Amino acid sequence: MTEIASTVANAPARAGLSAAGSAAVVRLAAPWIALTVAFAILPAIFTSGSALTVLSLMGIMIVFALSYNMLLGETGLLSFGHAVYYGLGGFLAVHAMNTVIHDRLPVPLPVIPMVGGFSGLLFGIIFGSVSTRRAGTVFAMISLGLGELVASSSLILRGFFGGEEGVSTNRTKLLHIFGLNFGPQIEVYYLIAGWCVLSMMAMYALTRTPFGRMCNAVRENPERAQFVGYNPRVVRFIAFSLAGLFAGIAGGLAAVNFELVNSAEVGAAQSGLVLLAAYIGGIGSFIGPVIGAVLVTWLEVMLSDVTDVWQLYFGLLFIGMVMFAPNGIAGLLMMHAPLWQARAYGSMLRLALAYLVALAPALVLLAGIILTIEMTYRLSVKAFAGTTMFVFRLALDAASPMPWVAAAMLIAGGFWLFRMTWPLVGAAWHDAFTLARATGRTR
Amino acid sequence: MLELVTISTLNGVLYGMLLFLMASGLTLIFSMMGVLNFAHASFYMLGAFFGFQISQIVGFWPAFVVAPVLVGGIGMLVERYGLRYVHRHGPVAELLFTFGLAFVIEEAVQMIWGKGPADYRVPAALDFSAFTVFSTNYPAYKMFELITAVAIFAALFAVLTRTRVGLIIQASLTHSHMVAMLGHNVPRVFMLVFGVGTGLAAVAGVIAGPALVTQSNMAAALGPILFVVVVVGGLGSLGGAFLASLLIGLVQTFAVSVNLSVADVLGGIGVAPPASGILFDLWNVTVAQIAPIIPYLLLVLILIFRPTGLMGMREH
Repeated sequence: MTEIASTVANAPARAGLSAAGSAAVVRLAAPWIALTVAFAILPAIFTSGSALTVLSLMGIMIVFALSYNMLLGETGLLSFGHAVYYGLGGFLAVHAMNTVIHDRLPVPLPVIPMVGGFSGLLFGIIFGSVSTRRAGTVFAMISLGLGELVASSSLILRGFFGGEEGVSTNRTKLLHIFGLNFGPQIEVYYLIAGWCVLSMMAMYALTRTPFGRMCNAVRENPERAQFVGYNPRVVRFIAFSLAGLFAGIAGGLAAVNFELVNSAEVGAAQSGLVLLAAYIGGIGSFIGPVIGAVLVTWLEVMLSDVTDVWQLYFGLLFIGMVMFAPNGIAGLLMMHAPLWQARAYGSMLRLALAYLVALAPALVLLAGIILTIEMTYRLSVKAFAGTTMFVFRLALDAASPMPWVAAAMLIAGGFWLFRMTWPLVGAAWHDAFTLARATGRTR
Repeated sequence: MLELVTISTLNGVLYGMLLFLMASGLTLIFSMMGVLNFAHASFYMLGAFFGFQISQIVGFWPAFVVAPVLVGGIGMLVERYGLRYVHRHGPVAELLFTFGLAFVIEEAVQMIWGKGPADYRVPAALDFSAFTVFSTNYPAYKMFELITAVAIFAALFAVLTRTRVGLIIQASLTHSHMVAMLGHNVPRVFMLVFGVGTGLAAVAGVIAGPALVTQSNMAAALGPILFVVVVVGGLGSLGGAFLASLLIGLVQTFAVSVNLSVADVLGGIGVAPPASGILFDLWNVTVAQIAPIIPYLLLVLILIFRPTGLMGMREH
């Protein structure tokens, strides 16, 4: 609420600033220009074919995770069924593409994600009118129930959802514009990047409007939001519908990218993934879900190459974040913002050194955990492959006691050393902030 | 027809009682912490797999006792070192913690026992037919499941309402500060309730494992139904959970035995079937096929028309 008050108080000052010069406009536009340039040159930096695929996936995930954050981060609605709007957007987009191809309609591919967006919005309005009457646990349970409802229906209504194999299409058969047929992945990447930047700008702009502020107010204290004269139910409903819109756009982009949509896209696993991505990145800031989407997509691709049980590590990472960094990676970075503002570079260096000292035993602990997990997996499900295996390129026999002793020692020793070194971080942190506050430059 | 009704009623009551074994723990934990334990069905799955593994070594009866105790112990550890720590970050973090836990338990089970079904069999001592209804042999194991579930329900009810421990637990649910003032260790009560709740879920897992399929997706399949039960019954209401468990158990069991579709009903009175598309699908879908989505439909309807659930008193 104080934030709203300060926004209102600052409004005249802001108006004066933008009228006074273009400096504010430049400051506002600079990050977006930088982002657009980054999206444009990324394929030139990561040139391999698989990198392009991963970058496309990241673009889709960024839109999806940001749309999720409109619910959880901005409005405080914890949804376990957000993939419904993503998946239904994808299905309607793929059906739209097939209709366009079949009837030879003059519709180019780049507008197809809009079909996904509008379907997401439509279903957001339908399901939102049912589920946003209440917030909190009840909302979470309804979203879970609706998610299961749609996921189960997708296996029954085979005509629309295409059963197990899903619905496929061919993106190159649509109307060609500017000589693009969207056969090569690079053209699809730029299509995704374009939609991603547009959606990001729209979603960011939305957080800056009075409506965005009301969403925050409803998240913090629905009763007081009501006293100001806004109906929390209506605010939640609008936020939910708009989140459906952007999730639908992401689903439409996925349909274009994969040329295939199946019933897994509306399922609980997809809903869980976007929750993980947004939360790991950090739901407290706009940049958080973007970080999370990039990291989670990258981990998904990279870890699944390295180990079969990558989802277990994924879950452990998530639990670790919930326990020790509830504001996500972005929250961890933001914690250091006051030091940066105070230009306390000396104490930042000392803090960085303390982090490095504590990091070493943490890595030892992690190595012990990884060793235990990999050896367990080798002895149980993957027993047919024999007991000799490679962990960190190190040959060992999982059936012999030695590696287990080593793993136990790594875990116990790493944990003990971490407990010993962590106070160093605490002390460095305390000193740094005392110094930073003394400069008076922190906010 | 009468045979179908009798058998379905028996099966429905059995399924409902199994649901209640889990829903009771879930409801108690919710009343206590104000957080729905997303991983509750995962403890049920752990119970089934522990039961399977231990019965491989020492037989079914020791497993029937040891597995729930072990799982309850794990539950207590989770409460003591996980949930209690996360509590400071607020209710959303607590719910997400249990969500992550469900994810991790499923992956861990897959890592150890694989994705396929485990060969968890009905013990030989109970592998006979208890009685014959009309022409159907009703297995003794199902009677054993039913008796166990009812016995535990009775014991739980007696402990909660008739003993000192039950009194303290009931008081801690509503007036935890006052109970703490009186010198009781409320965090320990919470830990105990969490352990007993997860242990009850494990009992359900141990006895349901041989009858149903013991597989790594059993938690994900049952978890959402469990939430439907506690929400439909009314969050925090044990009586409501009991009613909703039986309701959903019966509805689902009866639904799978009804092989009727719109085509049968409307086609019988001479309405022409639609040509194709979604309507065609809906036309030919049988009640048995939509049985899996009936609980969720019920959930949505309940939340629209009676948001507090069947017996819920107030909003949390």
